[in-house]
This record gives sequence, C-alpha cells and structure tokens, in this order.
Amino acid sequence: MDWLTMGRWSPYAVGIGIGILSWLTFVLSDKPIGCSAAFARTSGMIERLFRGNKVLQKAYYREFPPRVDWEWMLVVGIILGSFTSAKLSGQFKLDWVPSLWAASFGPQPVTRVVVALLGGVLLGFGARWAGGCTSGHGISGTLQLAVSSWLAAICFFIGGIAAAFFIFRVLG
Amino acid sequence: MLTKLHTNKGSQLVLGLATGFVFGFLLEKGGVARYDVIIGQLLLYDFTVLKIMLSAAATGMLGVYLLRGLGLAQLHPKPGSWGASAVGGLIFGLGFATLGYCPGTISAAVGQGWLDALVGGLAGIILGAGIFAALYPRLKPGILSKGEFKNRTYPELFKVNPWAVVIPAVAIIAAFLYWLESRGL
Repeated sequence: MDWLTMGRWSPYAVGIGIGILSWLTFVLSDKPIGCSAAFARTSGMIERLFRGNKVLQKAYYREFPPRVDWEWMLVVGIILGSFTSAKLSGQFKLDWVPSLWAASFGPQPVTRVVVALLGGVLLGFGARWAGGCTSGHGISGTLQLAVSSWLAAICFFIGGIAAAFFIFRVLG
Repeated sequence: MLTKLHTNKGSQLVLGLATGFVFGFLLEKGGVARYDVIIGQLLLYDFTVLKIMLSAAATGMLGVYLLRGLGLAQLHPKPGSWGASAVGGLIFGLGFATLGYCPGTISAAVGQGWLDALVGGLAGIILGAGIFAALYPRLKPGILSKGEFKNRTYPELFKVNPWAVVIPAVAIIAAFLYWLESRGL
C-alpha cells in the first residue's frame, strides 16, 4: 500500500482518477462535480443567521437555496479526503505563508491573509458570475463539451495568467 | 437510470461526502492543494494543473458520453453567454492568481493545513459569492444575458453525432499533453 503514503502521484493518474470519479457521479447522483455553488449557499446560510428568513426571498437564493446539499457535502469531503491523504504521506502541516509568496512578498502572515481574502472575494464573485469554477466548468463542463464551460475555462486561464505575471513579474 | 437513488436525499448527502473525499484525496496527491503549484501553472513553468484537468476531461468525456449512449446517464451542461462565461471567467482568473487557489483546491489546501486558505481565502470566497447574490437581480437582465448560447453543447451547435466531437477532442488533448511532455514541461 505504498501508493497511499506517497507524497505525489503522476498528474495523469490523478486526472484519470477524477475522470472515472465523474462517471460515477453521473450514474449514482445524476450530477457533475462542482464546488462554487456550495460557497454561495454557505453565504446565504450565514446571512440568514443575521437577517432571518427574508434572505430566502432573494432572487439568487431562490435559485440556489441556502441549505446543505450533495455539492455542499462534496466540499466537506474534499477537506477530509485531502487531510487523510496529507496525513498518510506526512505532508500535513499548519502553515500561513506559501514559500513562493514569501520569496517575493515576505514571510508576514498578515499580508498574505489580506491578499488571500481579496483574491477570494474576486474568485467567489467571478465563479458565481460565470456560473461555475475550475471544477464545475473546468472539468465537468469541458467533459460534457459544454459551450459555456470551454469559454469560461479558457477565460479563467487568460485572466489568471495575466494577473499572475503582473503580481510576480511586475510587483514581485 | 437510478432514479430512486437520485431522489433519496440521505443517500445523496452520503454520496456527496464520499465523492468529495475521493476528489480531495486525488487533488492532494496531485499536488494541487499547494499555492506554489497553482501559481507555477499560471506563470507557465509547472503544468501540473492543466495535466490533471485535461486528462480528467478526456477520461470523463469518453465515459460519460458512453454511459449516456447506454441510457445510464444524462448530461447537465450549464447555460451561458458571452457576458456571463467570458466576463465572469476573466474576473475568476484575477481571483485565481491573487488567491492562488480555486474553490475546489482551496478546500484541499485547508485539509493540508494551509491557514491562509482557511482564514483569508475561504472567508473571501463566501463574501464574494454573497456580494454576487446581492447584485444578481441587477446583473441578470443585463450583462449576464448578453450573447446567450442557444445550443448548450458543441455536438448540438455543430449538429453532429457527439462522437464526432468527443474523438477529435480527446485526440487534441492527448496530442497537447504529449507535446508538453516532449518539451520537458
């Protein structure tokens, strides 16, 4: 069982594994893998704690009701699965600042966390604007040959590559 | 199709958790729970992210279209438009590079112990999704419906048998991945 404790697998083994996993979700759950709608539902759940049931009347939450569903459990599962894999290979470690970030912008957690927060806002906003993320459009949508998903996925990388070069080659 | 299983809420929550567990396990083993690997992809020197995505898409495509042909699965292609998919995609891209994770890989990063992902990124994504929900009534009749796609999939758009798109798409993906490897990337 050495393969379970390995630190890294070939990206092709991982990709083929995810492809096969998607066959199973179509057959067993009639759903493509996706992640970002779960974050919108969570946002609705939190807003409901403060503002009560009138949150349920918002147009967006009528389309994506703020409740725990298959995809929400999938996101919880990702955290647990990754934790298990990282524990098995001894790669689990609590850390604030990735080394690539630290090399350009320093080791202070506060700068990294503030930028991660800003990036997260853009990511969550953009994912719901596009109607999906790197999983829902990038993998599940492209494998269904969806017109919207191929366009969205290409734009994820155009925007991402441009911004990464700006952050690390101009600012960093 | 397994309609009874699909409508059983309790079983679906368990299946969602199990699917996520395997997905998260694979993402961590693939190295994409790491900021450095994702930024390496966006700076075009580490192609791990694209290798995983494209081999998943090619494998998934072959199986899902076969299962659909056998009557065991149906497709769920998302609707879209130039205004939603292209503009939203570019905004997502800015966030992708600024955060260094995406909604799936950030969950894997949290599982690996990354506190920037947990404290900064997750909170940001939830906030960003909430801001979008608040603006949705104004965006929906405007930019989100600009240039709507009438046909949701390429086989429908080209009016051809799905395999006439699946087979060339898998061949192009395989050729691209072969080219990446031959360049030592």
